[in-house]
Amino acid sequence: MRAPLSWLREYVDLPADTTGRDVQAKLIDAGLEVERVEQLGSDLTGPLVVGKVLTIEELEGFRKPIRFCTVDVGMANGTGEPQEIVCGARNFTVGDKVVVVLPGAVLPGDFAIAARKTYGKVSHGMICSGEELGMGDDGSHGIIVLPPEYEPGTDAIELLQLRDEVLDIAVTPDRGYCLSMRGIAREVATAYGLPLRDPALLDVPAPNPHGHPVQVSDPLGCDRFTARTVTGLDPEARSPIWLQRRLQKAGMRPVSLAVDVTNYVMLELGQPLHAYDRSRLKGPIGVRRAERGEKLTTLDGTKRVLDAEDLVITDDNGPIGLAGVMGGANTEIAGPEEGGSTEVVIEAAHFDPVSIARTARRHKLSSEASKRFERGVDPAATSAAAQRTVDLLVLLAGGTPEAGVTEFAAPSAPRTIAMPAGHPDRVAGVDYGRETVVRRLQQVGCDVYGQDELIVTVPSWRPDLTDPNDLAEEVIRLEGYENLPATLPQPPAGRGLTERQRLHRRVGRALAGAGYTEALNYPFIGDWALDHLGLEADDPRRLTVRLANPLSEAEPSLRTTLLPGLFAALRRNDSRGEHDLALFETGLVFHPTGDERPALRLPVDRRPTDQEIAELDAALPAQPRRAAVVLAGARERTGWWGQGRPATWADAVEAGRIVAREAGVELIVRQDQQAPFHPGRCAALLAMADGQEVLVGNAGELHPRVVKAFGLPERSCAMEIDLDRLERAAGGVVEAPRISTFPVATQDVALVVDASVPAAEVEAALRSGAGELLESLRLFDVFTGEQLGEGKKSLAYALRFRAADRTLTAEEASAARESAVATAVERTGAVLRGA
Amino acid sequence: MSAPNKSYDPVEVEALKPEEIERMRNEALAAFAAAADLEALREAKAAHMGDRSPLALANREIGALPPQAKAEAGKRVGMARGAVNKAFAARQAELEAERDARVLVEEAVDVTLPYDRVPAGARHPLTTFCERVEDVFTAMGYEVAEGPEVEAEWFNFDALNFEPDHPARAMQDTFFVAGDKPGRETGVVLRTHTSPVQVRSMLDREPPIYVVCPGRVYRTDELDATHTPVFHQVELLAIDEGLTMADLKGTIEHMVRSLFGEGLTTRLRPNYFPFTEPSAELDMQCYVCRGASVGNPEQPCRTCSSEGWIELGGCGMVNPRVLVAAGIDPEKYSGFAFGFGIERMLMFRHNVEDMRDMVEGDVRFTRPFGMEI
Repeated sequence: MRAPLSWLREYVDLPADTTGRDVQAKLIDAGLEVERVEQLGSDLTGPLVVGKVLTIEELEGFRKPIRFCTVDVGMANGTGEPQEIVCGARNFTVGDKVVVVLPGAVLPGDFAIAARKTYGKVSHGMICSGEELGMGDDGSHGIIVLPPEYEPGTDAIELLQLRDEVLDIAVTPDRGYCLSMRGIAREVATAYGLPLRDPALLDVPAPNPHGHPVQVSDPLGCDRFTARTVTGLDPEARSPIWLQRRLQKAGMRPVSLAVDVTNYVMLELGQPLHAYDRSRLKGPIGVRRAERGEKLTTLDGTKRVLDAEDLVITDDNGPIGLAGVMGGANTEIAGPEEGGSTEVVIEAAHFDPVSIARTARRHKLSSEASKRFERGVDPAATSAAAQRTVDLLVLLAGGTPEAGVTEFAAPSAPRTIAMPAGHPDRVAGVDYGRETVVRRLQQVGCDVYGQDELIVTVPSWRPDLTDPNDLAEEVIRLEGYENLPATLPQPPAGRGLTERQRLHRRVGRALAGAGYTEALNYPFIGDWALDHLGLEADDPRRLTVRLANPLSEAEPSLRTTLLPGLFAALRRNDSRGEHDLALFETGLVFHPTGDERPALRLPVDRRPTDQEIAELDAALPAQPRRAAVVLAGARERTGWWGQGRPATWADAVEAGRIVAREAGVELIVRQDQQAPFHPGRCAALLAMADGQEVLVGNAGELHPRVVKAFGLPERSCAMEIDLDRLERAAGGVVEAPRISTFPVATQDVALVVDASVPAAEVEAALRSGAGELLESLRLFDVFTGEQLGEGKKSLAYALRFRAADRTLTAEEASAARESAVATAVERTGAVLRGA
Repeated sequence: MSAPNKSYDPVEVEALKPEEIERMRNEALAAFAAAADLEALREAKAAHMGDRSPLALANREIGALPPQAKAEAGKRVGMARGAVNKAFAARQAELEAERDARVLVEEAVDVTLPYDRVPAGARHPLTTFCERVEDVFTAMGYEVAEGPEVEAEWFNFDALNFEPDHPARAMQDTFFVAGDKPGRETGVVLRTHTSPVQVRSMLDREPPIYVVCPGRVYRTDELDATHTPVFHQVELLAIDEGLTMADLKGTIEHMVRSLFGEGLTTRLRPNYFPFTEPSAELDMQCYVCRGASVGNPEQPCRTCSSEGWIELGGCGMVNPRVLVAAGIDPEKYSGFAFGFGIERMLMFRHNVEDMRDMVEGDVRFTRPFGMEI
């Protein structure tokens, strides 16, 4: 809502030196979001005067038509001689009154005016358009042609009210009354402690049966309807400058007198109005729900098929308007070019906010009217608004009001709220006292009765006031939020983060500590990404949660894997010149459970039952938390210290171990074949949970096709692991080991096995055979070569033996080693090398 | 070792003659003095102080002496060995000092050589900033609560007093989850705020409840310099007997000071949110200019655009209707809630100019933030 300060002054006697910024500050404190104060005309200096066009000479030979004019500007040019001006506009003739800017003036946008040569003539100034003067769109697409009554030489800055301050207010949905000058003026008056001249306090004639007939058949949808008729309108009458300027400053475009007047009254009182050309109405006006499939062409020229829930205004020919949203083209007021309308029926009605909101949304049609009805219009203002419209049409268009006054009002009672007088104090933590509470509520427009228990009747224009807390807010905001004290409550002693939350933090720190940089990617993916990953048709990762209104049709689903997002980040970094990359992300992935039913709309007037909550949760997809990494380029760089090395599958698997270690889980690594990985360089990552091996993730080098499809650096590697599953496999409290201080006995073994035998199996066999004396075991070399034979590899292990209670003899250590080797030979077909 | 022999004349034991002992001692001292480096000294030590050295061998002979001669011979040998040990230690110290002065200098390297063998990693500032906020509140006794990002509309809207056709609901620019057939509504959305976690917290816990809810939220905004469809919020919720707006203000001031520095004040401005009543917008004093830039064109402030205040987020007293939907007695309990966007806070706390920098995962942006923020 845009509120010109000059207009506000009509209702509140603000001190003369009060600026827009002063009012802004006061209104912000009172809870209105005044986003800015526009300084109209602050960058405009005259002379800017009324001129009368004396002669027009059409200049030939230019690419566009150009006129050389002489204009009478009175004594404004100091000589009284006609001013010579070149002009490109064509919407004026000799004798018209126009707005002339003279040399020495500065127009908005730091546009200094001087006499200058153009099109072979010297132009001493300019004939102005509304746009050049910063007036906003007047719909003329040309220069301003003034009504004939103004004298040449008259100051046009004053005449066109070009200097003003306009408060631009973002009105929150609860404060519909502030979508009017009346509402904003009320807040200004309260903020300054000044009286308000309420523009809705008008004498209105009593209703009688002689007005235009109205039949409301849906009083829930429409609880008020006032109809008034004005005849004898001068079809030539135009909106006066003051009215046009107010509309423009408020952000609306002047159209025709009747339309301008209804818009003006809407801005003033907040009551949307509609004017019908009476000659086009057939029979009584009706208000009812539309019949399904009924059609209506609205004023914007769109033909609409109506829904059975839409509230419509009708006459004998059918719908003539979408109630509270937009009128129909068939009963539209005729514009001046069509000869104008001479008699109009004015509608001022009140409609159900929910019904209007639904209709506006259904037809994707948000209008100045619907915006107000949705947020709540004062139902008691219909007759005043109709009266104000009648008055203005009489005043400005020479109309005559008909005596008939139609009023429909569904029975209603004022709304009251019971509230303990101390309630605002308890909400705020401040002792306001009863007297202050009552005074503030009265300023808002409430009637207040009672002592300790207040009975508060809320004003008709505040449908948002329904609960004691709403009233408390009114008191507290008018007393000033800025005056609230600050105190600290004492929560019960807390326990800090949960184990799960600690784990998530540790995982991030561990990966970052290992050289990975975190990237937080959008979770939106498209099927193309799943294709690029090379997923089989039945891969569960292809089952996605889809959005009804995605930002991009190319990415309408939610991710089932973190990898595509990380790939995009990898590629972006690579293309920007970073080539040695290690990225990680932790976040949710989304898997439909397959049996979601639509989520229930539970009641809000009680706690839902556990059963209801469970059903609501069952409507949601599974949302496990994952961690993933991608690697490309060098893992260790080459430098003065020696050769570096590229990132490999082993780094990816190690990233899995890094994550698992934080959960206290020793990963079991198995050979695997799984998209999107290289079939020979893919590891399954497993963990023991409740005595069962559980797959928690995969790691390895990416399949060359995947690398190509996503445009990644060659040999990129990746790992993805499920943190929720890992958490379930997490070890409990660590039991402290007993540390033996007896000497260690070290023994090495080299075993030759088939190349296909996983090292993990050999290691497991050695461990199992070595028995309790084995303290640790480490693979220190892997060797393949001709001397071993085709398809063989040698694995060299260092075994460390130690007893808790004695120094081991050489014989004991050797026996343990031999037992370890024997088990490995038996289980894996290993041959002891050099034996 | 020889056995004692009573008839044996001590004088006859050649090795224990005083002049012999004296000779052994002098030879050892001369050898140490002659050792040119630590290696030579080690050899001399083995020759003159080792198990097979003349003095060690002489020492063994003492046992062969008659008792009356043992004491004197032992004393003689002991003094000689003491002198040798001392001379060795002195020469060793001398040679080590020499080595330190020479060899270690030769071993000098250029310690300014760079070492970026494995470049350092970093956590995203959005993550670490969320954690920092969590830490402020857990220190006060709050718990950290989390919830699903794909959420039922009832949790995201209805339970929070967003009426089905209220304009506030349309203002949230919601992503809706599609049904199995076009046009079929699922009642499931991408949460537009972390407030549904507040509702879940109220349903899961008995008052008093003090929780802080961080997380990712979604709105249908296109990505540009100041908007992103996926962003992060932290909300806090306190439900207890007798909580007031003053408590809300004090709590947020504590947070602001913890995150931005001592002495900063906050300002509440009335606003509207369906889930709080009264509701307020919360501003903090600009931590850069502390208001000095207001009306002072000489000293403009980029952080607050010379407004003196920075808008932090929305807050208010939990609407009693929300308490009712969550099964909490509004007659007995009251509560407050506060929510703010992490991206926004990061933008002004760390002078981030473009939202896209926080979204694109460029390592050059993230690395300087390190592990904590």
